[in-house]
Amino acid sequence: MAARLNIHTIAMWLLPALFLAVYLAPLLGIFGWSVSRPEPGAQNYVRMLTDADALNIMLRTARVCILVTLTSVLMAYLLAYHWVFGSPARKLFMELCIFIPFWISVLIRAFGWVVILRNKGILNETLLSIGAIAEPLTLVRTEFSVVLGMVHFLVPFAVFPIASIMRQIDSRVLLASRGMGASPAFTFWNVFLPLTVSGILASVIIVFVFALGFFITPAILGGGKIVMIAEYIYIQMFQTSNWGFGAALSIGVLAVVAAMAGLLFRVIHPERLVK
Amino acid sequence: MMRKPRNLQGWLLKLAAILTGLFLLMPLLAVIPVTFTPKRFLSLPKGDWSLRHYRPLLTDEAWLASISDSVLVAMASSVIATVLATAFALGLWFRQPRYGGALVGLALLPMAVPPVVSAVIIYFLQARIGLIDTYAGLILTHVIMVTPFAVIVMLTATSRLDKSLELASRNLGASRLQTTFWVVLPNLKFGLFSAWFLSLVLSWEEIAVTLFVSGIDVITLPKRIWDGLRLNVDPIIAAVSVILMVLTTIAIVAKALYEHRKDKSGS
Repeated sequence: MAARLNIHTIAMWLLPALFLAVYLAPLLGIFGWSVSRPEPGAQNYVRMLTDADALNIMLRTARVCILVTLTSVLMAYLLAYHWVFGSPARKLFMELCIFIPFWISVLIRAFGWVVILRNKGILNETLLSIGAIAEPLTLVRTEFSVVLGMVHFLVPFAVFPIASIMRQIDSRVLLASRGMGASPAFTFWNVFLPLTVSGILASVIIVFVFALGFFITPAILGGGKIVMIAEYIYIQMFQTSNWGFGAALSIGVLAVVAAMAGLLFRVIHPERLVK
Repeated sequence: MMRKPRNLQGWLLKLAAILTGLFLLMPLLAVIPVTFTPKRFLSLPKGDWSLRHYRPLLTDEAWLASISDSVLVAMASSVIATVLATAFALGLWFRQPRYGGALVGLALLPMAVPPVVSAVIIYFLQARIGLIDTYAGLILTHVIMVTPFAVIVMLTATSRLDKSLELASRNLGASRLQTTFWVVLPNLKFGLFSAWFLSLVLSWEEIAVTLFVSGIDVITLPKRIWDGLRLNVDPIIAAVSVILMVLTTIAIVAKALYEHRKDKSGS
């Protein structure tokens, strides 16, 4: 029977139709800008790959994203392990540490680091008062502060896929390993860790994609000095009105994200993560 | 098993996990004391506590206007997002079309795209049709950004629904509409609440895209905080932050209690 147009078909199409009109169609428009402004041609893409400023910013973005991803996933693994296998008290503690920051605005979380790291911030004042340093350390507007703020924001996102995979591990496998005389370290490296690889990969990809397009934390903690690709796009669009170049950069970011998403679907089964 | 570490290594790992947890809480705790400074600039109060930086939140017109803008936008967009996500998930549940996967992909797209790219896309559209810096434009923006999250919640909720519910209702003579509104929707009420709550929080906090499409006539609370942070580091921002943190924590706890009760009642 042909699909009749009933109330449920209309309901089902409401949202996709809206997104086609207000999201997918303008996306094509952005692509159009990237090859037509200021004049038709691929000059915006050429500039992206040859301009020293743009290359520097892309290089920095890649460096920061890789560093942030490695640190966040390592921290997340530790937290997820204790969240899943810890004593009830430790589980509760981990849950609070993961969920409270997770729900709090990204602005406030970045601002918290400003309060700590400023020249007259809590850390410098404390170090000065105990005589550990003579001059306040420059901690904000450095790559270090940007990495710190981004790691802080992304750790909870890295925890969820890892914890989800850890929960599905059959503990009898671990018991069997221990029962056959393997040490805890051997069991961890040769049994437990390989079982969680798909969670780690998912976590790496999710965090990397988030870090790549991340705007707020780098802008606040980088203070205009440590510019990453997202802020660069913002500057191109709204401060120097290079619409075409900003559009080309957006398409570039989107291409990298699409490639990462493709990888995610190839190496793991995303539906396993939401169990 | 590895869950009872008796060796030094185990204790070190435990300590590392606790320190990592504290690292996550640290910047939130750091904001609290600086809000009570009596000085005009950001500093730790040294024995002289004051509430002066909380006062503008009750008296300053700019801050009050931003709070009401945020409430309006978050309320409207969370309700619209919930309705759209629910219609979408229910439609899929009833129809189960073969191309359903592609529709879900489209509905989740703005969640996977980096916010800065979404911002450029939305700006492009709204500049064309003159919606920049209007309530309608901002509400539409927030709907686009938060609906994918509501969709995930609703898809999870409908995946737990038993298909025989529909059959039973239809066999008893209920029409399609009656089945939808009297039988299926009441079974989804916790999902509906969760989707709305999540949309509300996400819209209330949305800043990355809001920055691009608002700024003079409509200034949400996060946008005002952002402006303040860029110009100077004012203790008022710390005070706003603390209030928002308290509200968020209350909301999380309330939701946890609500879900706890739901689990107990067994529905």
